[in-house]
Amino acid sequence: MNLELTGLRLPLASFALEVDARISARLTGLFGASGAGKTVLLEVIAGLRRPTAGRVVLDAAVLSDADTGRFLAPEGRQVGYVPQDQALFPHLNVRQNLCYSHAAAPPGPRTGISYQHVLEVLDIAGLADRPVGSLSGGERQRVAFGRAVLASPQLLLLDEPLAGLDAELKERVIPYLLTMRDEFGIPMLYVSHNPNEIVALCDEVLLLDRGRCVRRGAPAELFTTSPAPHYALKPA
Amino acid sequence: MNFEVWQVAWFTAWVAAAGTLLILPPGVALAWLLARKDWRGKTLVEALVTLPLVVPPVATGLVLLKLLGRRGLLGGWFERVFGIEIVFTWRAVVIAAAVMSFPLLVRTARLALEGVNPRYEQVARTLGAGPWRTFCTITLPLAARGLAAGAVLAFARALGEFGATIMVAGFIPGRTATLSLSIYHLVLLGRDDAAWVLLALSVMLAFGAVWLGEVLLRKKPS
Repeated sequence: MNLELTGLRLPLASFALEVDARISARLTGLFGASGAGKTVLLEVIAGLRRPTAGRVVLDAAVLSDADTGRFLAPEGRQVGYVPQDQALFPHLNVRQNLCYSHAAAPPGPRTGISYQHVLEVLDIAGLADRPVGSLSGGERQRVAFGRAVLASPQLLLLDEPLAGLDAELKERVIPYLLTMRDEFGIPMLYVSHNPNEIVALCDEVLLLDRGRCVRRGAPAELFTTSPAPHYALKPA
Repeated sequence: MNFEVWQVAWFTAWVAAAGTLLILPPGVALAWLLARKDWRGKTLVEALVTLPLVVPPVATGLVLLKLLGRRGLLGGWFERVFGIEIVFTWRAVVIAAAVMSFPLLVRTARLALEGVNPRYEQVARTLGAGPWRTFCTITLPLAARGLAAGAVLAFARALGEFGATIMVAGFIPGRTATLSLSIYHLVLLGRDDAAWVLLALSVMLAFGAVWLGEVLLRKKPS
């Protein structure tokens, strides 16, 4: 996977998102304080916001190019997106949520990742007939991962997936993320403002500050050498 | 109660239902545009849509009469192309009911659509659903209760329509006579006892519709 963000610009309320970056790691962290523009950057990559300048290229596919006016709709990008609140469809049960991307097709083997495989890897087979309102925080998160993975995306965007979970649940969900990375082989862009999560999960990290990518590197190295106090690793 | 009373009640319910069905697709579409999109002229359209709520119904009826009459812009065209006459027929009653109910439907539907978290629609798009599939499988089911309540309220408003209807359809027994027009006519003739019967029927119909609308609006959305 090779994601190129070239001259990307999108004015926001108090600053402008301005990003130039090439991302090719299997699991890349996007780190920054609240309001740094992390979620907006994910929305731009997913096609939910239109940048005023720059290009987004995923492998050979130009997803958006402000110069030529090209802007691929989200449904044509093959970019999965799990928002912070998961946004599980409340009128559908777990199975229907998981199968949403299958259009009208019943659950079963399909090209890429199979329904059964996702159920097993994420340990959600027993939840299939449950209404989403009855799920716990960790279960909701795993169902949201599964739903996104079943759409067979080329890139998966995860927006602070552990933010709403307590420490114990975080410990339980992190192994699922690592298994997802290894089992499905889908490159992921992982947004967080917790350095420990980034170090535990990511191969590389980009630091975003007021809409700009200010540093990048290996997580452990970057967080231990950074002068900014909020970049420091927190005691476990 | 005699046959004519039931016929008037049935005709009123029928034209109110037809008027509501007529405005449902454009009403929901316009409500969606107002709820989800920013476009030039949006405020003007919002004001125009609200007009029938605040302008005297008789004035709206006069505009409809001028538009739909034989020499009117739309009425003349319909007569030339389809050979269909509109004013002083049941069609005019349906159109008057539809126009007067339209603002109520659009306002309620807009609130219902605005109540749907756009995040659900965004995620549906990233899962491969186009705008139409997203609307049909996510937006519409999540807003269904509010939309149904809007339709019921529009129906209730159409049941009691009087001012615009009398202008554009007149009172023609057996052709354009609704409950409200008949009550007015009977009182003019001094037949208050018959008017009371129609009044009771009107209240029952309207109460049923408003009650259903309230039930739908009060239930917690899924």
